[in-house]
Amino acid sequence: MAAICAGVLALQGSVEPHLRALSRCGVDPVELRRPDQLDQITHLVLPGGESTTLHHLLKLHSLSSQIPQRVATGQMALLGTCAGAILMGRECQESPPRWNLIDVEFQRNGFGRQVHSFIEPIEWIAGPDLGTSEGIFIRAPRIGLSSPAVEVLATLGSEAVAVRQDRCVACTFHPELTGDDRIHQWFLRL
Amino acid sequence: MNDQFSTPMRGIGSTEEFRTKVGLAEMLRGGVIMDVTTAEQARIAQQAGAVAVMALERVPSDIRKDGGVARMSPVDKVREIQQTVDIPVMAKARIGHFIEGEILQALEVDFIDESEVLTPADHAHHIEKSRFKVPFVCGATNLGEALRRIGEGAAMLRTKGEAGTGDVTEAVRHLRLIRGQIRSLTQADPEEWMSIAKELGAPYTLVCQVAKEGRLPVPNFAAGGIATPADAALVMRLGAEAIFVGSGIFKAEDPLLTAKAIVHATAHFDDAVQLAEASSGLGAAMAGIDATRLPEDERLQVRGW
Repeated sequence: MAAICAGVLALQGSVEPHLRALSRCGVDPVELRRPDQLDQITHLVLPGGESTTLHHLLKLHSLSSQIPQRVATGQMALLGTCAGAILMGRECQESPPRWNLIDVEFQRNGFGRQVHSFIEPIEWIAGPDLGTSEGIFIRAPRIGLSSPAVEVLATLGSEAVAVRQDRCVACTFHPELTGDDRIHQWFLRL
Repeated sequence: MNDQFSTPMRGIGSTEEFRTKVGLAEMLRGGVIMDVTTAEQARIAQQAGAVAVMALERVPSDIRKDGGVARMSPVDKVREIQQTVDIPVMAKARIGHFIEGEILQALEVDFIDESEVLTPADHAHHIEKSRFKVPFVCGATNLGEALRRIGEGAAMLRTKGEAGTGDVTEAVRHLRLIRGQIRSLTQADPEEWMSIAKELGAPYTLVCQVAKEGRLPVPNFAAGGIATPADAALVMRLGAEAIFVGSGIFKAEDPLLTAKAIVHATAHFDDAVQLAEASSGLGAAMAGIDATRLPEDERLQVRGW
């Protein structure tokens, strides 16, 4: 397999915590801002932030078509957290437009406004299989309708909070804010 | 491992509630928070790519022009704005006016700005912010003021700049001063930390933390006088982690275009070709006032204790 080149979409959001996590995993991540940087990246993280803002900035330089295309042709694995996860989901009525890379509907701010943000333990049942880990949910999306093509990796109570389809992984919480890099380590091996 | 990433994660070791507050501030990084007075302005801000909107009664340049007491945005306006957009909605409360804070919390705004732009309700005390579930942002002109606000529970800071002038010079001064003070603190011996805390009027434990980590324990954004894409990029280059734009958008000739351009420039602050692109075809920016020539009693940045 070709050498790993990790990147973090660095247009807006919690970019730096992801760069720190990847850096602690022993890779030297690229801060992706322009399409010409995309050619080298094998593992891309879409950070949390505001999904409408990310959509707007991605569109300016056609990254919103080039990222899904590179993933669809098998050249790049994708890890999306929170707002980043929303972009990867199934097209639905809500804005912003989605990329249909993971066949689930993400409902924005599914738990409500900031006063309803919380930290709770989540249970891993597949993927990195971490047992219990810390789930930081900030104005987090909720995973609605899902399809059999989608593997549930972790749950909060009975609800899926991390899912995977092929080499696309989506978390509705923020592993990058915990200091626990095991999800990033696992992702780099996908 | 890359050296710049060797300091601990922000918020680690704090209470869960404080970590979710700082977490939301982290999510806003690299973005533009826009002052709005109506639901229609909020809709334009969201359409332009704002990461959040800030509800207030009047934008700072109007407060400056019309005078009178500037207060929290009317509750009905805040609700209308919340119903119109799905990005975070912030709102301003007067310094020390903890009841305005409680009302805004009851409305479930996503962040409260205890702001010197409004007329202070208390001329000696700020709101005790750690008892609130909603995170607070406060203005600071120097490191001592920044650490006092964090000591009271603020989860985000911003420069005060000189709001409503369209002159970025005071925001630049505050950013440079805070950065310089942090730099010299990291070079001080541990024996000096207590006397530095005394000089700054800042909590000793926070002084120690900044000395060891070399950065503020919460994100620091820029605000006050940002009026053009170039202004936005300037403060980002000086280390601001995101920006607030007040009068700069809705006092510009074309608010939507100006808002989009400032969002573009904030994301690509390090790329002059993109900044030139973002700055083209915009129409006139807001008319400005030279912030250094304001009489002392018209300077908003001196409010705060």
